[in-house]
Amino acid sequence: MSINNYLYLSAILFTIGAVGVVVRRNAIVVFMCVELMLNAANLTLVTFSRINGTLDGQVVAFFTMVVAACEVVVGLAIIVTIYRSRRSASIDDASLLKR
Amino acid sequence: MNFANMNLLTLSMLLPLLGTTALAFTPKTNVLLTKQIALATTILVALVGILMTVKFDFNKTGFQFAESREWIPAFGIKYALGVDGIALVLILMSVLLTPIVVVAGWHESEGGRWSAKTFYSLLLVLETMMIGVFASTDLFLFYVFFEAMLVPVYFLIGGFGTGERAAAAVKFLLYSLFGGLLMLASIIGIFVMATRYGNRTFDITTLAGLHTVLTPMMENVLFLGFFIAFAIKAPLWPLHTWLPDAAKSATPGTSVLLLGVLDKVGTFGMIRYCLTLFPNASKTFTPMIITLAVISILYGAFLAIGAKDIKRLIAYTSISHFGFITMGIFAMTTQGHSGATLYMFNHGFSTAALFLVAGFMISRRKSSTIADFGGLQRVTPIMAWSFFIAGMSSLALPGLSSFVSEFLVLVGTFTRYPVAAVIATFGIVLAALYILIPVQRALHGPTTPGNELLTDLTLREKIAIAPVIAVIVALGFYPSPLLKIINPAAATVISQQGFTDPAPTISEGK
Amino acid sequence: MVTNNGLVYLIALPLFGALSLLLLGRRADKWGHLLATALSASSFAVGLLQLSQMLGRATENRPVTQKLFSWISVGSFKVDASLLLDQLSICFVLLITGVGTLIHIYSISYMSHDHDRRRFFAYLNLFIAAMLLLVLGDSYLNLYVGWEGVGLASYLLIGFWNQKPAYATASKKAFVMNRIGDMGLSFAIMIAFASLGTVSFTGVKEHAHHASEATMTAIGIMLLVAAVGKSAQFPLQAWLGDAMAGPTPVSALIHAATMVTAGVYLIVRSNFVFDAAPTAQLLVVIVGAITLMFGALVGTAKDDIKKALAASTMSQIGYMILGAGLGPAGYAFAIMHLLTHGFFKAGMFLGAGSVMHGMNDEVNMRRYGALRKFMPITFITFGFGYLAIIGVPPFAGFYSKDMLIETAFNSGGTKAILLGSTALLGAAITAFYMTRVMILTFTSTKRWDDNQHPHESPILMWLPMAILAIGSVTSGFLLSRGSALKNWLEPLFESHGEHEELLSPMVVSSLALLMVALGVAIAVMKYQLSDVDAVAPQDVSIFTRIARRDLLQDDINEALFMRPGQVLTAALVKVDESVVDGAVRGIGQMAISSGSTLRRTQTGFVRSYAMLILVGAAVLIAAIWVVTQ
Repeated sequence: MSINNYLYLSAILFTIGAVGVVVRRNAIVVFMCVELMLNAANLTLVTFSRINGTLDGQVVAFFTMVVAACEVVVGLAIIVTIYRSRRSASIDDASLLKR
Repeated sequence: MNFANMNLLTLSMLLPLLGTTALAFTPKTNVLLTKQIALATTILVALVGILMTVKFDFNKTGFQFAESREWIPAFGIKYALGVDGIALVLILMSVLLTPIVVVAGWHESEGGRWSAKTFYSLLLVLETMMIGVFASTDLFLFYVFFEAMLVPVYFLIGGFGTGERAAAAVKFLLYSLFGGLLMLASIIGIFVMATRYGNRTFDITTLAGLHTVLTPMMENVLFLGFFIAFAIKAPLWPLHTWLPDAAKSATPGTSVLLLGVLDKVGTFGMIRYCLTLFPNASKTFTPMIITLAVISILYGAFLAIGAKDIKRLIAYTSISHFGFITMGIFAMTTQGHSGATLYMFNHGFSTAALFLVAGFMISRRKSSTIADFGGLQRVTPIMAWSFFIAGMSSLALPGLSSFVSEFLVLVGTFTRYPVAAVIATFGIVLAALYILIPVQRALHGPTTPGNELLTDLTLREKIAIAPVIAVIVALGFYPSPLLKIINPAAATVISQQGFTDPAPTISEGK
Repeated sequence: MVTNNGLVYLIALPLFGALSLLLLGRRADKWGHLLATALSASSFAVGLLQLSQMLGRATENRPVTQKLFSWISVGSFKVDASLLLDQLSICFVLLITGVGTLIHIYSISYMSHDHDRRRFFAYLNLFIAAMLLLVLGDSYLNLYVGWEGVGLASYLLIGFWNQKPAYATASKKAFVMNRIGDMGLSFAIMIAFASLGTVSFTGVKEHAHHASEATMTAIGIMLLVAAVGKSAQFPLQAWLGDAMAGPTPVSALIHAATMVTAGVYLIVRSNFVFDAAPTAQLLVVIVGAITLMFGALVGTAKDDIKKALAASTMSQIGYMILGAGLGPAGYAFAIMHLLTHGFFKAGMFLGAGSVMHGMNDEVNMRRYGALRKFMPITFITFGFGYLAIIGVPPFAGFYSKDMLIETAFNSGGTKAILLGSTALLGAAITAFYMTRVMILTFTSTKRWDDNQHPHESPILMWLPMAILAIGSVTSGFLLSRGSALKNWLEPLFESHGEHEELLSPMVVSSLALLMVALGVAIAVMKYQLSDVDAVAPQDVSIFTRIARRDLLQDDINEALFMRPGQVLTAALVKVDESVVDGAVRGIGQMAISSGSTLRRTQTGFVRSYAMLILVGAAVLIAAIWVVTQ
């Protein structure tokens, strides 16, 4: 199979994720979209790893997954806290850093 | 540590730091002990300064009390100290003024944002920097002191001043940083050029030969970087507007150090760095600088006449006086040069006297507006007399110290730039106005309501002001000791520049 | 030159007095005045001793010097603090210390009720010291120290009662106008150093011959400016009238007998400069002539006795300056008039003080009248001074003024006729206004209120007046007998050829006496033989009004200098605030406003940040793509 198809898929996934981050308000959805973008990147890494026959890409993908897992832990905690205090999971409501 | 064999310059810089360390272990509540430690330290430093002056050999040219240690060998940066006559006089002035400031401003630390401990630590650190900036013979070391000096002053104004102290402190800091960064750029430029020609060093004696390989364009640009920094410090018109604000907001003691010592770094730098490193560029810019100096003299005087606040008034008179100093430096005659250096010393003391007495007046009346005083001569004769004598020194009355220096500057300038000297001389009439107007408003006339019960100077205040006035009078009649120290250094600078004093025209005609 | 180590005591004694009285403060209140008087008298004694020593030496050995220490030495600019006493300065030393001591004695009584008498005596001693330094300095720079020193003393004494704002202003005015003159002296010193390489009297004298005339003219004009400021000559005369705010003994000592004559001293001392600069010399004469008329005219309209005397002083110094401007022929006569004037004018001022003392400090002559009976001694001593100033033989002024008028007539050319006539006319006006003073004060009908109790002053006051009156009678005769003063001073000046004689001395004397008689006659008719108003009449001619306003001197100064100066100051203050500092604050403002503009991009919405990141990344990739293509 051509390499292009993997790359197309990963580009599509990334775009869906990016658009999701920009247009969706619900923090959970935004969060999932971020995960989607990360995984799109992982897919690319793994693809190139396979084609080049080296393990570098796969190692980086593992790193990414670990970082993503940590991020989920912290991020979800923040979201939950915000939801508890503001009764809303909309990220537009949490624009407190402006001032 | 063996103090006896230590370099006196290093010792004088180390002592205030030791004092600061001692302050760190003083309990915060024991304000008196804090003050005593600070006073003892500054007096000790002053004694070291006097010892240095006594041991100074004025028959020798070049730097004395020199010391040089590797600091950052990778860039050829050294911890190098040494003084010539000019630097020595300025260091002497600084170390003599500091204890006086401590005594006069015994209660200055009390209205501040922080504790007395902080105040005196800043003051002592500042003293180290002041000595260092005059004593450095390494360009990089000089720059470090030049910039680091801003920090204690910033906190002294911003933390212990009055009125809009924060704004004034920021203004002071930004102005100085602006100049400092231009100078930094020039310093890097010099280092790059020096490296290119094989001398990877910041040693100013070595760098003094660099101008022979610089292109005129390059030299001019590098010169301007230094000159603007010093013109801001000095301050020269039109870069002066930070001074009145800073002087108004700072405590009188801080103002004394600010105008009396820190600003001298500007004029000192013009001699030590602008002239020595860039003789050709100095020649190119001399007409412009003399013009700026003359403008400063008259402009400062006019603004002083129009000033309503006594601290601003003193600041403006200083702008006028710094015009004289700058003019004397760039006149390139031995009279102008020696006069300018002597002027720096004398201005330190006459401004100190003015500011300290003004401080005494303000602390009693709780106002610095001239119109709030009036008839003080009847109520507080000693304070009034002190102010009067300080004022007379500021207007350069013969018999007081400023006269000798001002006249030397004028004579020295006249032999080379008669027009500038003639215009500048009008400054002496304006000086009479800007001193006599506040004297009349504050000291003469009927006693303004609210002033009847003001008390005269206390013993502490008398002890603070007496040595200043003594110096002013003594140097007016007998300036020779200082001139003997200054003359060889000034003559060296002039001859390095390739100048000789203009001969009297009568011998040319023959 | 002969060295003499005693010169310093002349200055040191009064200086010690001034310093100790000022430093001791109230502790010296009880005996301060006695110490000051004693020190002034001992300085006089030292002066007499010096005179006797000087008389014992041959003419060429008479000047003596004393080097105290090296004052300033930078490069070729070397000035020693050293003193020079020669035939000229000894005249001044004796005048200053002699008249000074008399005035000290007078002041003991005059100021006895003043709370601050000690301070007054400290200032007086300070003045004596500074004035002695002025006449004893051996270079222009040393003279300058004394020159400003007397200015300071004069400032302090004019403003002695400075709790009154007008008096404080008067003292400030005197100082500032003097400073304008001082500036001239600075210029003269600078030019002398730049072109001759020296600032000492002997040095300048040596070079005076081979320097260019332009140089000497420049120095001469600048010295004239200095003299004009110190001696209240036209156009810097406006301060003298106001200076009468000071206590009367001060007016007698400083603003009549000594300090204001320093300008004459300066010009005579610099004879070598003016001899080499005819243009400057001509200017000196013109200034002298204008001022002698100016002062005389102002004197005719003044009702304040002290201001009338001040105007007269100005006019008499005009005579001296005129004489000094006539070159070698006039120097000795200028000095002679200066000395005789020192006696009679000081005497008259003390007399005026005595009158004020008896009249509750009333100064308006229109409120006097018929005081002859109440103050006989004052009347007689004042009368002697009066006869001396208008030039009645054999009183002092006759000899000195006559000589000046004669020298003016004989100075050659049309200039001589103009100058001589001016001087003659001045003599007539002097006679008129002095007679007016005399009549209004002493002989006309009584115009004071009944609650005034005029009385004669105590002996401490009238004794100095009497001694000065004796001087007014005899000094002229003594100084001119066998041309005593002229021969005494001769060695100091360049000898000069015989001058043409336009009018013989007899003719000049008769003319002068005729003019004086005319002036006296008019005054007697106008004031003695008709009634005088106790209040100055307001329906007077425009000329009288202008004269009362000192020929508009203050109005002119205000319009030309003060107001424009104030406007300039105010404008500069505004410029500094809004333009210079405005530019600085503008830069700061710019930084702040650009910051707040950029801040708007920080909305706080996560999604817009994400959008920005996305767009940024896209732009970056596009840019890389474009570049690498």
